[in-house]
Amino acid sequence: MSNFFPKWANWLPLQLLVCGLVIGGPITLGIWYYFTPKYTRVGYQPDQPVPFSHALHVKQLGMDCRYCHSFVEVAGHSNLPATQTCINCHGQGKILPNSPRLAAVRDSWETGQPIPWVQIHRLPDYAYFNHAVHVNRGVSCYSCHGAVNEMSVVYEAESLSMKWCLDCHRAPENFLRPPSEIFNMNWHPASPEAQRELGTKFKEEWKVNPPVSCGGCHH
Amino acid sequence: MVRYFLFLLVLITILVVSIAGLRDYSFLPHKTKRPPIEIFPDMVRQPKVKAQAPSDFYADGRGARSHVDGTVPVGYSAPEASVQASEGVATMGSPYSVVVFSGKQDYADTGKIGTNWGNGLPFTATLATLERGRERYQIQCAVCHGATGAGNGIATKYGLVGVASLHQQRLRDMTDGEIYNTIVNGKNTMLGYGAGIQVPDRWAIVAYIRALQLSQNATINDVPVTERAALTGTNAASGTTAPPKP
Repeated sequence: MSNFFPKWANWLPLQLLVCGLVIGGPITLGIWYYFTPKYTRVGYQPDQPVPFSHALHVKQLGMDCRYCHSFVEVAGHSNLPATQTCINCHGQGKILPNSPRLAAVRDSWETGQPIPWVQIHRLPDYAYFNHAVHVNRGVSCYSCHGAVNEMSVVYEAESLSMKWCLDCHRAPENFLRPPSEIFNMNWHPASPEAQRELGTKFKEEWKVNPPVSCGGCHH
Repeated sequence: MVRYFLFLLVLITILVVSIAGLRDYSFLPHKTKRPPIEIFPDMVRQPKVKAQAPSDFYADGRGARSHVDGTVPVGYSAPEASVQASEGVATMGSPYSVVVFSGKQDYADTGKIGTNWGNGLPFTATLATLERGRERYQIQCAVCHGATGAGNGIATKYGLVGVASLHQQRLRDMTDGEIYNTIVNGKNTMLGYGAGIQVPDRWAIVAYIRALQLSQNATINDVPVTERAALTGTNAASGTTAPPKP
């Protein structure tokens, strides 16, 4: 009975443990590193039915975000523009009336069917984000959507993960802007210190008290 | 054997990292057309309709429905409330304020008194009204009509023709109600902007257009005596006219 297990079996538990660590460790690390919105969502840049360039319309022409996203200040959902908004300038006899790049716009205008834009920034359905309360309290488009005015094709610039939301909800003074600069994509604070000073001032003036409890966003 | 195994492990790691890349966007940009992977999408994508989202429920595949004639969409003020709401223009930028549209047939909503265009604003204009009007004008109108209303907005540099100058006599003589109606329903080649501009904002824009028209035909006698020295001083220095102020 005493020789039932060979002598090398004494090392077996340790060997199993080391093997588990050597194989399991990199797998865990890989999941930790890659299975996060920072990797899975950031950089998502789908083809759109119309190659609309924000860089051209916002940066070059100087159009305001709200020309198209007209209800972002009063509604939870920042609306996509109606096809008519495109046709205002790109209708017959106007700018590029026959461009093949605008074929989907013309189709939509003629048929009344919406342009099938591909949504890029998608929060989970159990997270409730309200655009109006954010842009009316000093959070710029830039803070969540990045430098859209530089994007020829829009991509997701920020992870929109819960940790990312809470980074700002816990310390809004690092991000709040003067109310006049919310839609100004070119505004940047002079320095991190200047930002904190400005942000702290606005936070107190406007009594910004972002919820950090579950119910603030999940309800 | 252990050596081979470790070699293989390092190889696989390098392979995974070189295929998947690094996640830090600023360090190594990776753009992808592939939709984000959602591993357990059960609650992440719930079978409910969100704003402007598609829906399988309706035959045309749209979640957003056109409103039925004679109804008021949820979240919009009821028709009776429009005039009252118009008085609160100054507070319209605040959060939680309702979207003010209405289908009522009175002057504030149509610009008409009876069958004729009316004149005057349906509420008292304040400095805040003009500020609001300037902001909305610059968002919605300046693209074509230009910051001063001269009809030389950026769109005209890209081939848009026939943009009216707001300073021609015809438009200076036009009634407020007709300007309001032009904003809402458009005129000639200009399409209506009513769907994107709320009722009080339309009137605020009318007020601001009036201010622009005044500014472009102003003389030095319109400037308060105390301000004249500063104005002439600026003009002499820069050689340009001062930007219009409401």
